[in-house]
Amino acid sequence: MDKITEKRLKLFAANMRKMIIEGVFQAQSGHPGGSLSCTDILAYLYGERLHVDPCDTANPDRDRFVLSKGHCAPALYAALTLRGFFASCEIGGLRSCGAMLQGHPCMTETPGVDMSTGSLGQGIAASVGMAMMGKLDKKDYRVFSILGDGELQEGEVWEAQMAAAHYKLDNLTAFIDNNGLQIDGPTSEVMNLGSIPAKVAAFGWHVIEIDGHDLQQIENAVHEAENVKGQPTMIVAHTHKGKGVSFMEDQAQWHGAAPKQDQYDAAMIELNAAIAALEV
Amino acid sequence: MGKMATREAYGRALAEFGVDERVVVLDADLSKSTFTVTFKKVFPERHFNMGIAEGNMMSVAAGMATCGKIAFASTFAIFAAERALEQVRNSACYPNLNVKVCATHAGITVGEDGASHQCVEDLAIMRAIPNMHVVSPCDGASARAVIRAAMDTPGPFYVRLGRLAVEDVYGAYGDEISFTLGKANTLREGTDVTLIGIGLMVQQSLKAAEILAQEGISARVIDMHTLKPIDVETIVKASKETGAIVTAEEHNIIGGLGGAVAEVLSENAPCILRRVGVKDIFGQSGKPEELLVLYHLMPEDIVKAAHEAIAARK
Repeated sequence: MDKITEKRLKLFAANMRKMIIEGVFQAQSGHPGGSLSCTDILAYLYGERLHVDPCDTANPDRDRFVLSKGHCAPALYAALTLRGFFASCEIGGLRSCGAMLQGHPCMTETPGVDMSTGSLGQGIAASVGMAMMGKLDKKDYRVFSILGDGELQEGEVWEAQMAAAHYKLDNLTAFIDNNGLQIDGPTSEVMNLGSIPAKVAAFGWHVIEIDGHDLQQIENAVHEAENVKGQPTMIVAHTHKGKGVSFMEDQAQWHGAAPKQDQYDAAMIELNAAIAALEV
Repeated sequence: MGKMATREAYGRALAEFGVDERVVVLDADLSKSTFTVTFKKVFPERHFNMGIAEGNMMSVAAGMATCGKIAFASTFAIFAAERALEQVRNSACYPNLNVKVCATHAGITVGEDGASHQCVEDLAIMRAIPNMHVVSPCDGASARAVIRAAMDTPGPFYVRLGRLAVEDVYGAYGDEISFTLGKANTLREGTDVTLIGIGLMVQQSLKAAEILAQEGISARVIDMHTLKPIDVETIVKASKETGAIVTAEEHNIIGGLGGAVAEVLSENAPCILRRVGVKDIFGQSGKPEELLVLYHLMPEDIVKAAHEAIAARK
């Protein structure tokens, strides 16, 4: 990744983080922690990788993206906004009556959303269906999905992984946003997942471990996945919940809480400074 | 009169209408029982066995539907409507996708497998989900018509099919019949009482009407193949013209056909209603024919309910 691209994507991610906090603050509800942890992955996908067109959202040849951890919708909405799918003012209506941006992604309401998600485990399974149809129809599109690590506690995730390996879906690349925290605390205490890479590999997937905030590593992993034949790829992305807002980082209580005015102000100072530093 | 299980007709209809390349079929290790194997023999590349993972199958079907497919997903009713309920609701119905849940082995005529496999709640459950269409054909010819209608109507469907071979009502499989989604078929005119059946209870209702005729009672018989959207007009007409209604379903009396008809009557044209169905209890192992007797789903039970309804009206 050249320096110009890296800087552009970092700025894309920084602006996403600001929109996430703005949206959740305006709504006074939502999930900032996990949205901020998967921001860099989404910034790479929507800022660089996905072949999607805001003017042709139903194109059968487009790449697909499914946010299986649907509660992190603010991050997806920020990415879609910056990619030009809808106006930036929409984020201000997040989670409010009559608004386009529902609390969890809704494909019938929001342009660019390829699958309605929110009930954990179902998004990755829908991604499997999309990838199977890519194979059946001999299309070149690729399917991407992001799961939460807590989401792995849902049995359907493993049913879907079994099916993806069975059908040799090398057109499917999924990420685990492995921030180590869920609503009630550390995943290791709530329901220990053990070795995630070993379990996913045992289900027949190609597994890559990366720093989920390192854009170069994200790109390398996506490229590696594209060259794997006969297997889907899981990118286990080690991340920090609340990344980019220092007082939210690695704190389970920011899973599903909105900042108050003073916290919002503090977050904005930090995020604006990050943007300003990148714009130099 | 020929005999065919609606599940067998379903498999044939898939194979017949599967020339449309939008059709994909998913099964959960029951393809010989659900008869999706009939489709698989003709179009193997569009038949997907998802293993014993019904919830996942529904979400995968939804993903396929987002790619322009008409996804038929089949397993036994107990697993389709109950194990996979939340996937049907959130993956298929909420986004209003072209997922056709075709559930076989519904009701107690599953027989020997017993109560764990005898789904008597599915109509009530599926009817309560927004966007969902709920249909249950009574014979082979109507099953074919239902599958055609499900293909031609966008959005999610729950099609309730049976294990047991049942007598033809409309004719043999392949016969072109008069069928409109959401429009009940009046199979027999009558003035004293109306018998509304669904699934194999349509045949039982027709037999009940014969018995009633011998007693000098004129019974109208309606096949309510579409439970949702329900045919309000035909129910209201029956209420006004006969003043007494009996519903008959191989399903719990709570929330299914009887419940749906009661809702329509109480809001539009109240009359005496008697519900024949499984009386809020679980089934048990046994031969299907024995269970129909044991759970009071025979023509004689419908006749008895008709007598009660007529008496109560007076």
